[in-house]
Amino acid sequence: MPETQTSQPSPSEKKPVARHIGDDGAMRDFGRNLMDTPRSFRDSMIRHGKPTSDRARSQTVFTNFFLHVLPVRTHLHSIKLTTTFGLGVATLVLFIILCVTGVLLMVYYKPSVDQAYASMLDIIHVVPTGRLIRNVHRWSAHAMVFCVILHMARAFYTSAYKPPRQFNWVIGMALFAVTLGLSFTGYLLPWDQLAFWAVTIGANIAQSPQELTDAIGITQYFDPGRMQKELLLGAHYVGQEALIRFYVLHVMVLPIVTSILIAVHMWRIRKDGGFARPSAADMGVSDATPSMPATGGDSRGGESTGLLKTYGLMGLMKGKTPAVNLELRNTIMTWPNVMYVIGAVAMVTTLAMLLLGVLADAPLSEMANPAVPENPAKAPWYFLGLQELVSYSAFMGGVGIPAIVLLGLMLVPYLDREREDVGVWFSGREGRRIAVISAIFATIATVGMLAFTVRFGWLRNWEATARVPQIVITVLNPGTIFVALFAAWSVLVVRRKQSTRMGAIALFTCFLVSFAILTYFATVHRGPNWDFFWSQSDWPVH
Amino acid sequence: MNPNDQLQTSERFTTPKTRRDFLGLAAAWSAVGAFVMGMLGAMRLPMPSVFPESDTKVKLGKPQDFAAGSTTYFAPQRLWLYRDSSGFHAISSVCTHLGCIAERSEAGDFHCPCHGSRFDAVGAVTAGPAPKGLMWVELTVSPEGWLVADTLKETEPGKTLNA
Ligand code: HEM
Ligand code: FES
Repeated sequence: MPETQTSQPSPSEKKPVARHIGDDGAMRDFGRNLMDTPRSFRDSMIRHGKPTSDRARSQTVFTNFFLHVLPVRTHLHSIKLTTTFGLGVATLVLFIILCVTGVLLMVYYKPSVDQAYASMLDIIHVVPTGRLIRNVHRWSAHAMVFCVILHMARAFYTSAYKPPRQFNWVIGMALFAVTLGLSFTGYLLPWDQLAFWAVTIGANIAQSPQELTDAIGITQYFDPGRMQKELLLGAHYVGQEALIRFYVLHVMVLPIVTSILIAVHMWRIRKDGGFARPSAADMGVSDATPSMPATGGDSRGGESTGLLKTYGLMGLMKGKTPAVNLELRNTIMTWPNVMYVIGAVAMVTTLAMLLLGVLADAPLSEMANPAVPENPAKAPWYFLGLQELVSYSAFMGGVGIPAIVLLGLMLVPYLDREREDVGVWFSGREGRRIAVISAIFATIATVGMLAFTVRFGWLRNWEATARVPQIVITVLNPGTIFVALFAAWSVLVVRRKQSTRMGAIALFTCFLVSFAILTYFATVHRGPNWDFFWSQSDWPVH
Repeated sequence: MNPNDQLQTSERFTTPKTRRDFLGLAAAWSAVGAFVMGMLGAMRLPMPSVFPESDTKVKLGKPQDFAAGSTTYFAPQRLWLYRDSSGFHAISSVCTHLGCIAERSEAGDFHCPCHGSRFDAVGAVTAGPAPKGLMWVELTVSPEGWLVADTLKETEPGKTLNA
């Protein structure tokens, strides 16, 4: 029946011909199949026509494995610049860049104390494009930490941790931790002086619970500090065992964990009803139909479940009544509009990293020398705030305070359960005011404390306290005082404003500002012997 | 919270468990328990029982190699060996704060470059964040008459060896 076939206009509507062995025209069919292969191959891969109709555009998103995490239609509020500043997508793009450049670096890198440094030199000086790929990898790692912190701040200040997104905030905290873990483990691999001594310090911070167990006198029986250090290093000092462990964590374990967490994170955003969105973004819709709330209301209150549609079988699940026509308002087709937005963020991020990689070389100091410490031995910038605290006492600065802060951040959605509008920066004018006052308060407290310790020293420098027991030195870190001050301040705000959200804004702002100042201070004003200097040009020359 | 959830929660506490529930729960929890124990067992692997530096004993030399009143530095072991009127003792220069190497000055006291801890001539903390004094390392004399230090073995400060 070849005639009927040729008369058909579109190949995608072509009916399969049941041919039998011995029929005529096998060769002709073969020829036609051959000519038609590119098209029929594409049709088998993408099961719908070109995205020219809304139906096909929906299918484009819905039937694509990589896109189906996106909704078919997206709310206009979600693609406004000020909603997310594209920070989550930028972080994701950076993670992908890191995976690609990382695999390329693995081709030449050798995780052995005798060869690691030499292979770094090879990558920089011999391997084609090696220097650029290494630069891009390094700068993207820094940028990823930077973007994760900003993204977290964005999620916090827009109340995106409120129901139903509490758990996604917790997953975000886990992502924050693994991102720092990826950076820390990567830091050792070049096996240069900076790497060796920064990781020596890091491993000893892991051991610092000994300060506490020593003070109580139970180290002999129970020594979690030693266990942590030995688990991390596989030895007593940073050496080959540590290098292999860090390598395995850096190229295998942490990337896999991060990928899984990112997948869950993305999936939860979808299941939680998209980005946190203020009710104002749906004005008019819900006003017109008070008895039948628009689906846009899903993110408004604590009762919401985030389910967008409840048709058919899905009607058995918790959710809103179908409001088909109303939900179309204020939304646009995901394909192609949102794809343009994501593509733009990806392009800008990649371009920025490429430019950085071309313009600036990632540092590499001399080869690791276990006999001579680097002076000053500075960790990467995002750990320098901690390093400043650690320089007063290791346990509180390196373990105690970070643990308190991480735990506190994780619990934010469970401690602040006020049901107010989400998706509004600082929850409005009052919150903005609290944030500004808290920022000023934290600046005064942090700068004041640093100026004080630089000028007058700390406990051991004073006659009266020089001989206090070690446990006092361990616990009474300037950081402990910050935590106490900030906690007291936010309790005050909760009481004055009768609002846990305002208290949370106060606390988060204090920590963010204090972190930023400590980081700046340790980066710029700490030099050899961890002494204070106004600028690096004042450093003594050895 | 969905009202349905609350209903289920309160039901869960008021309705007595049937035998079938109990068996099902027991099966589920033993599977979870077995999995957790198995993972814990597997996690024992990265805890080293033999250390790459397990042989931390080093021969420093014969006692007569060191003049009375001398101090000698052994860089690979990060160890200062002292011989004075009361005998030998050895102090590790690894800072007890976070593991940098403290430098010994002409005057005999120690100073750590990393966060500014200071120790006096016998290793006691005088300033900075270090939680305890520098480690005094155990010295012994081998049967062949070598002076031997074990860099992981601590001895109480002030204890000297006569050889
Ligand atoms: C590897 C790290 C991370 C990646 C790749 C990532 C990615 C993303 C992306 C792509 C979004 C969509 C919205 C946007 O673009 O901003 C998002 C939303 C969100 N993220 Fe992350 N994220 C990471 C870490 C974090 C952290 C550290 C937190 C906070 C503790 C967090 C909490 C949230 C929350 C609560 C939302 C929902 C926001 C809303 O509904 O408005 N994420 N994340
Ligand atoms: S490591 Fe010596 S003071 Fe920190």
